[in-house]
Amino acid sequence: MAQTSEGNYIVINPDECKGCRLCIEACPFQCIVIGSDINSLGYQYAKFEKPDCTACGLCFYACPEPGAITVYKAEKTGGKA
Amino acid sequence: MVQYSKPRSFYDTFERKGEGQISTHYCPGCGHGNAHKLIAEAIDTLGIQDRVVFLSPVGCSVFAYYYFDTGNIQCAHGRAPSVGTGVRKTLDDAIVISYQGDGDLAGIGMASIVHAANRGENITVFFVNNAIYGMTGGQMAPTTLIDQKTQTTPLGRNLQRDGNPIGMCELMDSLETPVYIERVTFSSPAKIMKARKVVRKALQNQIDKKGFSFVEILSPCPVNWKMSPTDARRWVSESLEPIFPVKNFRDLDDVRGESAKLPLMEGNRLLDYLKPEKHISPEAPNETVVDQQVKIAGFGGQGVMSAGVLLSNCVIQKGLNTTWLPSYGPEMRGGTAYASVKVSTQPIGSPVVDFPNVLIAMNGPSLEAFEEKVPAGGLIMVNTSLISRKVQRKDVRTYYLPATELAKDVGLIATANIIVLSIYFLISEVVDLDTFRKVIPLSLKKKQLAEMNLQAVDKAEVYFSEHPLEQS
Ligand SMILES: Cc1ncc(C[n+]2csc(CCOP(=O)(O)OP(=O)(O)O)c2C)c(N)n1
Ligand code: SF4
Ligand code: SF4
Ligand code: SF4
Repeated sequence: MAQTSEGNYIVINPDECKGCRLCIEACPFQCIVIGSDINSLGYQYAKFEKPDCTACGLCFYACPEPGAITVYKAEKTGGKA
Repeated sequence: MVQYSKPRSFYDTFERKGEGQISTHYCPGCGHGNAHKLIAEAIDTLGIQDRVVFLSPVGCSVFAYYYFDTGNIQCAHGRAPSVGTGVRKTLDDAIVISYQGDGDLAGIGMASIVHAANRGENITVFFVNNAIYGMTGGQMAPTTLIDQKTQTTPLGRNLQRDGNPIGMCELMDSLETPVYIERVTFSSPAKIMKARKVVRKALQNQIDKKGFSFVEILSPCPVNWKMSPTDARRWVSESLEPIFPVKNFRDLDDVRGESAKLPLMEGNRLLDYLKPEKHISPEAPNETVVDQQVKIAGFGGQGVMSAGVLLSNCVIQKGLNTTWLPSYGPEMRGGTAYASVKVSTQPIGSPVVDFPNVLIAMNGPSLEAFEEKVPAGGLIMVNTSLISRKVQRKDVRTYYLPATELAKDVGLIATANIIVLSIYFLISEVVDLDTFRKVIPLSLKKKQLAEMNLQAVDKAEVYFSEHPLEQS
């Protein structure tokens, strides 16, 4: 199972993020942090940091932007990830 | 493997200000984005993207049509439920989504939503309640809480002065007809995920033709609440939820949407209704007719409206396209009134006539009001019985006639409209007088007056032969 869990991740598109931090507050495992870089919209955008992600989707639903966050779940076949 | 991603019912890019935009216009942390996402996701899941007609309101979400890759109508403030009613009655297959804020739905549009709900229209309403007018900068809304400070309640909303926050779900629940009423909240990601099911159910109901579904969403407006996005979420749970209980109010199993449906009328039957008379069939259109944009203006009671109807009916007889648009002042009699009529060989987009190339001025104020609007080369007809001054414009054609006096000679002052219309036909040659003579008895409500109206046509014909249009 540890393998599967390690394979989950999210991608935050820097240029769709408005730095509202709702995803950061949403994540039960503190996977997301606010970065120090500024994006093209002028916001300090969020970054995926820790690989403890369970692909639960809470950050996805917390985020108001249509496409800022994409959540990927590791394939269940184990080992591969 | 992608587990959660941007729903397909969104456009790839949002071309609101230039190409390639990918973020919304909403402020950071605004609940509108969350609501859009849930709705777009439900549209995907239910496979109804091609059927959705999304009604955007006036408010921060006015631009929803830049985001939803569906049918879209941007509605007048608060009127989305009425627009939705129209769509419902005409497009059997459409899934109508009315998306509205609290100012839009519970303020200016209160009547529209209450009656649509009361009729049990088979539509789905998503009511985004952020307890404030967002777009206009944070004024009190009908749902603003007691003591909540807004631009228009700087000391806080006061019960006696400003009334109590209106619970729209509670109000909907007092009506017999809605089938589904639920309030959800966006105070935490877990609760947003819970709201997914409600959004989907409210749309499924419409697919199943159950009837009127209403979902209220407690949603943050961090900017006008003057809070950080995360604090605003907390305020939803700590302040809004106690006043607006989050729960299901109603979930009926009946199918009410079907019975509310009007039988669809076949196109041909509709045309039959609209034809001036069933047994005259229109002639083949004369393609050389120049587009006419006619304004017939006078005071109420001078027959300007019926002149417009007669003109349109004659034009239909000629196989041409036409529209008639009445415009009244507030008074039934004596106020200003004008009819706008368009005539074209082509389909007509809008019935509005801003710049008439034909102005028929039956009284002084009409000439004052519209003389300047006539484009160069246009025609102004002046009823000299009531207008003593001349047309000041030098770049238009003019025709002066004592229409009211001629009508008096016929024995019925109310035929002044027939007199001017006859002469307009003689000048423009859009309609021949024989057609006019055929249409008059068919269009008049009082048949016994038809004879006098026909005499008015004769009178006008004689007058015109003695006073032809001066060529300039
Ligand atoms: C007929 C009319 N009256 C007033 C306005 C000004 N106006 C624009 S949006 C709005 C209220 C919007 O508030 P709400 O419906 O709560 O939506 P939000 O912006 O909070 O999402 C008002 C009063 C208008 N545009 N048109
Ligand atoms: S999917 Fe869940 S666990 Fe993974 S980053 Fe998002 S909130 Fe955290
Ligand atoms: S919730 Fe979305 S917009 Fe807000 S910080 Fe996270 S990724 Fe950025
Ligand atoms: S003003 Fe309020 S409702 Fe409007 S976009 Fe900003 S946060 Fe959202």
